[in-house]
Amino acid sequence: MVRRQRGRNIALGLVLASLALLFFAITMVKIGHMG
Amino acid sequence: MEQNTAILPQAGADRWQDWVLLLKPRVVSLVVFTGYIGLFMAPGHLHPVLAFTAILCIAVAAGAAGSLNMWYERDIDALMHRTRNRPIPAGRIDAGSALAFGVALSVASVVVMGLATNLCAATVLAISIAFYVLIYTIWLKRRTPQNIVIGGAAGAFPPLIGWAAVTGSVDMLPLLLFGIIFFWTPPHFWSLSLYACKDYGRAGVPMLPVVAGARETRRQIFGYTLVLGVVAVLPWLLGYSGRIYGISASVLSLGFVVFSWLVLNDRQDEAGVSLSGDKPARLNFRYSLAYLAAMFVALAADKLVG
Repeated sequence: MVRRQRGRNIALGLVLASLALLFFAITMVKIGHMG
Repeated sequence: MEQNTAILPQAGADRWQDWVLLLKPRVVSLVVFTGYIGLFMAPGHLHPVLAFTAILCIAVAAGAAGSLNMWYERDIDALMHRTRNRPIPAGRIDAGSALAFGVALSVASVVVMGLATNLCAATVLAISIAFYVLIYTIWLKRRTPQNIVIGGAAGAFPPLIGWAAVTGSVDMLPLLLFGIIFFWTPPHFWSLSLYACKDYGRAGVPMLPVVAGARETRRQIFGYTLVLGVVAVLPWLLGYSGRIYGISASVLSLGFVVFSWLVLNDRQDEAGVSLSGDKPARLNFRYSLAYLAAMFVALAADKLVG
């Protein structure tokens, strides 16, 4: 059960980190610093 | 309509797979495909990061709408063999959590779409969610046997959204793509419903075969396929695409008409019940899936070559 919870937390953390990266990338594109 | 509140969730029994199931991943995959074609066909350029974000928003919005649909339909889902093992009726996810999940993802997808692309794309995305959840799921699905036609309109939005993400507007070609998916949905779904949705009657949902019978359903399948055949070649006739699409759409649509004609003329008894185990309907359903994919691929190939 603890292992399952830990797995879930890691998955959630990865999803949130990916979203943060995506937001960062969108911001960079919008302000003209990427491409 | 009274909702089923008798089924209580089992605490901690949900798995992450259940949350994915709540998003209706198979529907999402089709929506992503048609949304991408809309984006690909649009004139102009969208930065790859923003294009990826737009497709992600379309996928998340479709999943959110699916989640809200499952939340509202939990009472009838519990009554039908095909749907009774879904996360909410099976008691693995409670209804309130599914509702919150759907609302949160809906709002997030529209806001991010607006920030990443433009107001037009975000607005059409919001309209598509509202249409599917409010007009189709809550208002009309349980009231009219033409519910699938209305549901088809909800599923036809993605090319418009993909196009709007690039151009910031809506044009004739994405509207024609909307029309193709709109007229494709009834023959596609009703073919399935002839042999796979017999327990809709038990759930009180007025699906066409339940209300009007199999014979009338076969007639409507054929009628909608004929209209689809005309709409399918319009992008070519109106000069929005070239010969590759025109010839592909003509041949593919002719095939669809032939398969639907076989459905119409299936061996049946007095009540319209198939004597062939609904073999033509099964073939037609499978052909319809390949048809839509091939049509959109042909459109993209036409743009690439032409």
